[in-house]
Amino acid sequence: MNTMIAAPALLSQATAASASEAPEALRAERAAGHREFEANGLPTTKVEDWHYTSVSAIAESTFAPMQGDASGVTAEQLAPYIFSTSWPTLVFVNGVYAPSLSQTDNLPAGIRVLPLAQAVGELGDVVTRQLGTLAPAARDGFTALNASFLGEGVVVHVSKEMVIDVPVHLLFVVNDAGVGGMQHPRILMLAERHARATVIESWVGLTDGTYFSNAVTEVTVESGATLHHLKVQREGRNAYHVGTIEARQGRDSHYVNFAFTTGAQLSRTNVYTVLDGEGCGTTLNGLTMLDGEQHGDVQTRIEHAQPKCFSRQMYKSILDDTSHGVFNGKVFVQSIAQQTDGKQTNNTMLLSKTAQVDAKPQLEIFADDVKCTHGATVGRIDETALFYMKSRGIDNDTSRQLLTYAFAADVLETIENETIRDELERITMRRFTSVTD
Amino acid sequence: MLEIRDLHAAVDGTPILKGISLTVNAGEVHAVMGPNGSGKSTLAQVLAGHPAYEITGGEILYHGENLAEMDAEVRAQQGVFLAFQYPVEIPGVSNAYFLRAAYNAKRKAKGLDEVDPMEFLDLVEEQLKLVDMDPAMLHRSVNAGFSGGEKKRNEILQMAVLTPTLAILDETDSGLDIDALRIVANGVNALKRPDNAAIVVTHYQRLLNYIVPDYVHVLAGGRIVKSGGKELALELEARGYDWLLEAVA
Repeated sequence: MNTMIAAPALLSQATAASASEAPEALRAERAAGHREFEANGLPTTKVEDWHYTSVSAIAESTFAPMQGDASGVTAEQLAPYIFSTSWPTLVFVNGVYAPSLSQTDNLPAGIRVLPLAQAVGELGDVVTRQLGTLAPAARDGFTALNASFLGEGVVVHVSKEMVIDVPVHLLFVVNDAGVGGMQHPRILMLAERHARATVIESWVGLTDGTYFSNAVTEVTVESGATLHHLKVQREGRNAYHVGTIEARQGRDSHYVNFAFTTGAQLSRTNVYTVLDGEGCGTTLNGLTMLDGEQHGDVQTRIEHAQPKCFSRQMYKSILDDTSHGVFNGKVFVQSIAQQTDGKQTNNTMLLSKTAQVDAKPQLEIFADDVKCTHGATVGRIDETALFYMKSRGIDNDTSRQLLTYAFAADVLETIENETIRDELERITMRRFTSVTD
Repeated sequence: MLEIRDLHAAVDGTPILKGISLTVNAGEVHAVMGPNGSGKSTLAQVLAGHPAYEITGGEILYHGENLAEMDAEVRAQQGVFLAFQYPVEIPGVSNAYFLRAAYNAKRKAKGLDEVDPMEFLDLVEEQLKLVDMDPAMLHRSVNAGFSGGEKKRNEILQMAVLTPTLAILDETDSGLDIDALRIVANGVNALKRPDNAAIVVTHYQRLLNYIVPDYVHVLAGGRIVKSGGKELALELEARGYDWLLEAVA
């Protein structure tokens, strides 16, 4: 079985990158990344996890590392993508941290947010404890590739018992200067015990050119901590985006992830978490809206490794034109994870006859006292609801738009932060309706 | 206002209505009664313009115009309103938004300016009292998670906001306890004016204790087999439908 695609151009770039100068703390992981990438390449569709998503276009590409030219990006251009100007925001342009577009002087006490290179010096322990341990280079070719380029990225560190009400925004932007390039940022998040914070990862393309973002995010949520983590993927129409999030949770912690996906010609979002302390829980939700020839793949993996943990998943997709959506939700319940409470739902609305979805729930349960459910639906606009609206005088187009929006709004309503929720609802409303409020 | 002449209708090729003629004038309340499967609900759905029902013969004139040629939304904009037997849940669309969209669609059809959300909330406040509904219900999704009684009250609230010329109530009494029934009936009665009319479709007589009809029609086998005054409903209550069906057969 042929399970790997060699990616010769990417490998020679990785070889050069892993051999270039780097802080001591990153060198071993870079070497591991290079070694794994050389051995494993990128996965073919023969690999079960990549069955519905072919990445051969990425493997055959000749992307070169982005050089971080931020000269063409203005604050005005970024304004539509900034949720609130009063929130701490770290902006990366074309793969490199751009301090002039960032705002960090408004970070409250109890949270530190530093570019990776700086964090290696100032938060050495936080970096070395997490880097490559939650998302090891051996996980898959994309994580290995990311590791061999280690250098750019962010570290978010929330100190114990600190409740941070202001969300932190990490914004990765690519414009025309990044076309033909690739970026491999590494994000580390640590919420110490009983801390509470909200972090947004945004991916924005200000260009219709082709480029490649390959991110890895490693998250630790210590006992009693709550971390809200939003990933808003609005890459350019011709971009490739692969992003892997790997979390590990302690006792009574809560990790909440929301993946909002509208961008890229080909995207893959992995959200993985290990429920590694008794009584903890995770809530993984997402909304994917695709059209044209876009392909968007979301994979989740929840590993119940301790008793009395809960997991909740709700993923929705709205697919138009000839777009292709994929959802693969894995729930593993280890034999000691008794009294696990897991629920997964996945609903897709197809707006055209040529849009396509592959949905695959996957439950592997080795404990006997568990409650795990899953359900997937694929449908079109509900004709009964459509007639109901029309019978109230609302015209056909408006009724269809409202019903489409309503399908999406249902999952957007789960976002706790009101500003983020309102903004994503507004984007969704504008996408499907002519209504502006 | 409404003139139905020898109406035939089918669903999936199966004939349901087999020649109904009925005239409704402004200011009148007509009750349409009949056993299950008689075609009562079909008549209501056909009048509202449900696309699953095909009109295979006869005609429906509404203010002299051919109603059958109008799309459901146009009928609604022209003042036809169907209170559903099973109101539809629409998670994700707030009741307030839905009501305002419907209200503005009707205004737009009349060439009037749309009202903004604040104006609309003022306007809907009175109607909420009419159906004894908590204003908080406006901010919930349309019918989602509502009890049976709340759904029916929500139908009457929509009716109150849209002030239809011809209201069709399809088994609005089904599944209601006596208190909810009273609230719903009071709402309907309060909306009665000399220039509008109502068709009340019901299986049981009890709703007609509260909404007193001017005429009662009994439907069986897709035809009106008997028409009379309000006393006919009482007779049906006492004797059931069988004697009528036997007389027809």
